[in-house]
Amino acid sequence: MSYPGMKDLKLKESVIFERSREGRRGYSLPEENLEGAENILPAELRRADLDLPELSEVDVVRHYTRLSTYNYSLDHGFYPLGSCTMKYNPKINEKLVRNPQFTELHPETPAPYAQGTLKIMFEMQRMLAEIGGFAACTLNPAAGAHGEYTGIGIIRSYFDKMGDKKRKKIIIPDSAHGTNPASCALNGFEVVVLQSDEHGKVNLDTLRSLLNDEVAGIMLTNPNTLGVFESDILAITKMVHDAGGLVYGDGANMNALLGVARPGDMGIDVLHYNLHKTFSTPHGGGGPGAGPVGVCQKLVEFLPNPFVVEKDGLYTFNDSDNSMGRVRSFYGNMGVTLKAFIYILEYGKEHLGETAQNAVLNANYIKACLRDYYHLKYKSDTLHEVVFDDSEMPNHITTMDIAKALIDRGYHPPTVYFPLIVHGALMIEPTESESKETLDEFIEAMIDIAETAKTNPENILNAPLNTAISRPDETLAARKPVLKWTRGE
Amino acid sequence: MRYLPITDKERKEMLDKIGVKSVSDLFSPLPQNVLLKKELNIPSAKSEPELEKIMDELGRENTGANMLSFLGGGCYKHHCPALVDQMISRSEFYTSYTPYQPEVSQGTLQAIFEFQTMIANLFKMDVANASMYDGATAAAEAVLMSHKIQTKRHKVLIASTVNPQYIQTIRTYTGFVVDSIDLLEMDGATGCVAEKELAKIDEDTICVVFQYPNYFGMIENIRKISEVTHEKGALLIPVITETTALGILATPGDIDADIAVGDGQALGIPVNFGGPGVGLFTCKEKYMRKMPGRLIGQTVDKNGNRCFVLTLSAREQHIKREKATSNICSNQGLMATAASIYLATMGKEGMKEVALMNLKRADYLKNRIEKETPCKVAFKGSNYNEFTILTPGCACCALKALAEKGILGGIAAKKYYPELENAIIVNTTEIHSYEELDKFVAALKEVTGGAK
Repeated sequence: MSYPGMKDLKLKESVIFERSREGRRGYSLPEENLEGAENILPAELRRADLDLPELSEVDVVRHYTRLSTYNYSLDHGFYPLGSCTMKYNPKINEKLVRNPQFTELHPETPAPYAQGTLKIMFEMQRMLAEIGGFAACTLNPAAGAHGEYTGIGIIRSYFDKMGDKKRKKIIIPDSAHGTNPASCALNGFEVVVLQSDEHGKVNLDTLRSLLNDEVAGIMLTNPNTLGVFESDILAITKMVHDAGGLVYGDGANMNALLGVARPGDMGIDVLHYNLHKTFSTPHGGGGPGAGPVGVCQKLVEFLPNPFVVEKDGLYTFNDSDNSMGRVRSFYGNMGVTLKAFIYILEYGKEHLGETAQNAVLNANYIKACLRDYYHLKYKSDTLHEVVFDDSEMPNHITTMDIAKALIDRGYHPPTVYFPLIVHGALMIEPTESESKETLDEFIEAMIDIAETAKTNPENILNAPLNTAISRPDETLAARKPVLKWTRGE
Repeated sequence: MRYLPITDKERKEMLDKIGVKSVSDLFSPLPQNVLLKKELNIPSAKSEPELEKIMDELGRENTGANMLSFLGGGCYKHHCPALVDQMISRSEFYTSYTPYQPEVSQGTLQAIFEFQTMIANLFKMDVANASMYDGATAAAEAVLMSHKIQTKRHKVLIASTVNPQYIQTIRTYTGFVVDSIDLLEMDGATGCVAEKELAKIDEDTICVVFQYPNYFGMIENIRKISEVTHEKGALLIPVITETTALGILATPGDIDADIAVGDGQALGIPVNFGGPGVGLFTCKEKYMRKMPGRLIGQTVDKNGNRCFVLTLSAREQHIKREKATSNICSNQGLMATAASIYLATMGKEGMKEVALMNLKRADYLKNRIEKETPCKVAFKGSNYNEFTILTPGCACCALKALAEKGILGGIAAKKYYPELENAIIVNTTEIHSYEELDKFVAALKEVTGGAK
């Protein structure tokens, strides 16, 4: 076997509070006589005690270094988490954004003294609009779901201004991410679920039957969560527009189209990007991300405040009167935006499209190599990801078992049990970052699991065998929640 | 291209296996007329040395990054111990994703479990979640959550002294959800909510949102607000934007807060032009299952080992979809880790020491400005590391003149409070030496017309 497998150095590490020793110090501050300083505050405004650990610097470093070794990361190896676009995060990006000229710039700095960052923001607003085929783009949203919230808020503001009070529904295909319906609900819209057809796509007749003057629009992920491109996209957007609605594009899968085609050219009115996915700013163990939103011309005035404009060679902030409002403090996760800016310059106009081309090639290669071993519910052509399922697995082996068996073979598992329209889904997204030998090794591991499931099912059912912990009791965690460490545990 | 490993030869082999002739065949599901025919209007590809030069030059245009700064207003410059960035730069932390697979994510899971513990302890609240985007969205989500708890009530009250960006964000999120949002107006003498305004709190009030220290740096009459709010059965939602204050200040738990939120940027995270920071969200245990956002819980694995998992996900969008408590999907994982590393490094003594250093500097600066410049301290009462001064002439002119001397003297309150034309909100932290404070006083004296 050529796949990496897993055998590792792991040192035991307690919860940080258990490392605490009274009187230990890990911080360094200038010497200063602080006697009596607390009396500046009246006693009733002061706290009594503060339960934080007492540690030396080396204690803290060892603790977090050891914890870090308990994570599987993209820099360890293949991380085919579907819909999450775990592509390589260039090291130069990390280095350049740590320049104190960026990190030490306060958000209330008057514009003339913040021209570098403002220029980058202005350029990013423009470039992200250009890449998606939009008129303008906001950088404010802090994550994909926050971008969805913002984009749907823009749609709400548009119909408010039009005086159209009837349009309170948004159509969402059943294959969509859970954030889509939640973002609509947060904006006060009612969700109408559109059932995907036998090809995993939006059927035009089904769509037609759902459209009426109460529908504000449709929320569409394209390619969808099966990796299937809605090839009727032009007909879909026209039909929704003709019915007076708007089309929201969920940019979660933008990596399939980056530099190859533009959602704006397909009639998408508003779309959020995920900079941590498509533009490689790292995922950070679950954030920070960034979810910029691009819009067509007629929605520009509803973008959240503020945004950067250029006037007589000076970059500065501006507000729009018809804006949906402010969606957070300050201007977005600038540290994340900077990395995406650098990423775009790394590829440039010459190479940006190669990301999508290689991502789609890699996904189709995996599909071609594994389709004889794993069941594919939908046979449609796919782009950047592929969704298998466990329906033909022997010996009651489920998707969860396959995921755990992959861990033993040295991989982060794919996304499991999503999309919901595929029972026992295994959603694999390789991205453009992986070499052919990495894919071949993964394919070998997947085939090995399929074979072992027949010959030695216990090996799969008991997986993972090579990790420090295995199959945590999640029911117990939810039934008797322990959400913080307490003394005497 | 340096990040794309597939060679031409391999591409050919892969296409053969797939059974198509070219990569463009794989894009055949797309309408051919939407395929990009021309180059995008973006710059040409750059090498690493070129990128270094570009970013260096752009960085130099941020002259404000090097100036002596007294800017606060929801984003604070503190000393960040060197190990914080060193630790979060471990790629095991920053190149992993949401800990969906606990067996290979215990690092993130335990770090965030510890974060929840440290934040709950700092706020003295029962539970903290795994973090929100920032303080403003945390505050907005807190109002939405209280609306779901207080189903029979209609009115949200917000202190006008809450960070105006937070108020705007709350309005965006909840303006069309709740029947009314009213402000508790400020007393011009104290810079805090006027006592008579508390009469607005009644049996129809869903929640009362206030901030301490508030936008002007003042510490509200927290016990009185708490007393009246609870008397009327409304939920008490304090907001803390300057979290280091909790090294010394009475906590949300001390005033029996129901939900308490804030921003953890001050805890070891650079100002970064306003993001990423980390939103903090805490509440009483009885409201735990109504909380937005990710939660990490302790459990045991099949062999009885202590371990950590994502939990109570029946609240979340991937399970509940449109019925979820929020649409939030991620957290600010890496920033939450940074804040935990900061809190672990400072420990209980360090947090107190930092808080006292801030308190002392603000007190020193405030007194010197009052004594030696034509400026006045705007409000009577207690503050932490931020306070408001009144300039004899227009505040913006004074700030402009200070900036020309290399000093960012504070935030003109006029931006959000037009009636406060002469007010500047000044922040100082432990990064300032007393010499720097003296330098500021001298410069301020000069730009505002000399000695008193």
